[in-house]
Amino acid sequence: MPSVADSNQENADARAQKPPSGNDTYSGTRVEQSTRELEELANQQYKHGWVTEIEQDVIERGLTEDTVRLISAKKEEPEWLLEWRLKAFRHWQTMTEPTWANVHYPAIDYQHQRYYAAPKRKAAPLSSLDDVDQKLLQTFDKLGIPLEEQKRLSGVAVDAVFDSVSVATTHKDILAKKGIIFCSFSEAVKEHPDLVREHLGSVVPYADNFFAALNSAVFSDGSFCYVPKGVKCPMDLSTYFRINAAETGQFERTLIVAAEGASVNYLEGCTAPQRDENQLHAAVVELVALDDATINYSTVQNWYAGDRDGKGGIYNFVTKRGKCAGRNSHISWTQVETGSAITWKYPGCLLQGENSIGEFYSVALSTNYQQADTGTKMIHIGANTRSTVISKTISARNGNNSYRGQIKVMPKAHNARNYTQCDSLLIGDQCGAHTFPYIEVKNPTAHVEHEASTSKISEDQLFYCKQRGISQEDAISMVINGFCKEVFEHLPMEFAVEATKLLGVSLEGSVG
Amino acid sequence: MLEIKNLHATVEGNEILRGVNLAVNAGETHAIMGPNGSGKSTLAGVLAGNEAYDVTDGSVSFLGRDLLELPAEERARLGLFLAFQYPVEIPGISNAYFLQAALNEIRKSNGLDELDAMEFREFLEEKMDFVKIDRKFADRPVNEGFSGGEKKRNEILQMAVLEPKLAILDETDSGLDIDALRIVSEGVNKLRSENRAVVMVTHYQRLLSYIVPDFVHVLYKGRIVKSGGKDLALELEEKGYDWIKEEVAAV
Repeated sequence: MPSVADSNQENADARAQKPPSGNDTYSGTRVEQSTRELEELANQQYKHGWVTEIEQDVIERGLTEDTVRLISAKKEEPEWLLEWRLKAFRHWQTMTEPTWANVHYPAIDYQHQRYYAAPKRKAAPLSSLDDVDQKLLQTFDKLGIPLEEQKRLSGVAVDAVFDSVSVATTHKDILAKKGIIFCSFSEAVKEHPDLVREHLGSVVPYADNFFAALNSAVFSDGSFCYVPKGVKCPMDLSTYFRINAAETGQFERTLIVAAEGASVNYLEGCTAPQRDENQLHAAVVELVALDDATINYSTVQNWYAGDRDGKGGIYNFVTKRGKCAGRNSHISWTQVETGSAITWKYPGCLLQGENSIGEFYSVALSTNYQQADTGTKMIHIGANTRSTVISKTISARNGNNSYRGQIKVMPKAHNARNYTQCDSLLIGDQCGAHTFPYIEVKNPTAHVEHEASTSKISEDQLFYCKQRGISQEDAISMVINGFCKEVFEHLPMEFAVEATKLLGVSLEGSVG
Repeated sequence: MLEIKNLHATVEGNEILRGVNLAVNAGETHAIMGPNGSGKSTLAGVLAGNEAYDVTDGSVSFLGRDLLELPAEERARLGLFLAFQYPVEIPGISNAYFLQAALNEIRKSNGLDELDAMEFREFLEEKMDFVKIDRKFADRPVNEGFSGGEKKRNEILQMAVLEPKLAILDETDSGLDIDALRIVSEGVNKLRSENRAVVMVTHYQRLLSYIVPDFVHVLYKGRIVKSGGKDLALELEEKGYDWIKEEVAAV
């Protein structure tokens, strides 16, 4: 496998040159250090826009009960799961697409979509990476996600999802020794049906919203993770989602459960080919944290955003929610949203357990004709629950960015605390930034704070940097990195570097 | 080092500089004084490459290069430094990181190796001690939440780090109390050398009793109308600018 080996080697070298993570001794934090890497990237456009030519198992367009049955059958699912899908489908048919978000797009014809696409397998089931199609391995190599463990220097386990199926999951053996289950959702349904059945839909019920119901009916694959009692996951876990097939939606489902005292860091990355047609992505992510458990979930979303005139791009309608079910549990969402033509996404936390903590750190970028309506929901149910929301939105060219956040304090949530900070940065005079906070407090002991600011990158800042010898492009990325710093600090090293690069590439040439 | 000939510049269509001539050699310290609105800050901005100003006539050569052809960052890399009258805040970016990025750009364009974070830290702390600035400044975001005096001191620190060949100080004394003025002036004096030229733009004489210039020029209505030694500044302090205005009117 010479080509795979070669590109792995390149990748290994690139990783080796990066400073070690956790090297925060200097105030030039890891985020700032990475700014320099922007130079080489400044002239690049979307770099993941290529297509893998591979034989596909694609089902007919359209969505009926038969489609749901067909997907379930292809995945050889148990009866209970099919029933659950059908209930979701029937409910979905009674729902109407939400229109309250500050995004505008032509009506989606759900009957024109395809709901399942998978690369054809040589032989099923897969027993090792040797059985995986070389083209798939090469696809992920090209994306910088080598799946061969011995060639990976970094200690991150990866589940790679290609269109509707999981291609491979790495490091399963090491994780299994600690009792950690990390596999594709489909495999979890077969191998750990009780765990899946217990938690599936426990945080995002199928009737939760239009897109969650659609996902529940037709979801294809995704990742499943279970960290048992008292176990700190020894490596970061990661899912990499790749949309490849044309005119096919991706509907993945991720479920992460951290039992009592467990902790896990989870990373999610996404890319898609560059196409003129819009593509639908409607995912559901559910997190469950029991007593004293911690889940950190980080996303760098870089779906294809459409071209400069707003043609093409992914419609990203995602429901992500974590349940702090246990006492002292802690769920933290960190997201960097740079891709997608439309982003509709509100990762939130249900703070049930006493003293539980929910956090949301977000950077959302919209440039060209991108529209983002994103924010969070923090629902305080238990006593002494705390939440922190830091939202940074950047709008450039004709981009339109809305923060929408709900803070709800229920009657029994004594001494609940929330702090929300929404900062908007505008570049140019054709873009927009909006803030829609919804605050509902039903307990008089609650403290809820909301701060918001809007600023522009000023000519003065750029001139100041240039007068010190720093180029215009570096000056812009410096101002933006400074703006996003509070969020980037919560990302793992590699993601912070990636996020910094993405912002630089996306905003190239938007000032002056 | 710097030669300005018949420099004309406008801002938003108004002509501010109307034929400035000035020559500055290495090792010299010049003061440019003048009443408000005479074009002092405009001159500083034009030399630094601020695009808010349009040069309509004249030439400026710096170290043998046509300065007006170069973008602001190239001028900085050649060794031209402007201490801003109103230093700008860059939230979230530490002073240390900002200065490391700036210094490395300058080093790179001069064919020197870039300093890594460790090397730079050592270098920075040396400079901070040299200009008597608390090391805590290194980790604070650039100018954010700094007092007026701190911002001006920070400019002098930047000058110490970037080691320019020509430093232009734009109203560096404005807004400083007497203690801060003394500290800032000491910093500048330490940085004076035979290889470095300093051009101070100021309204008041008081800065010049701390940083004693070799030459004093009076800028009025966009032209240098009088030049002299340090005594000229004292004369201006005593008599104000009116007699200059009368002289100009008489000509």
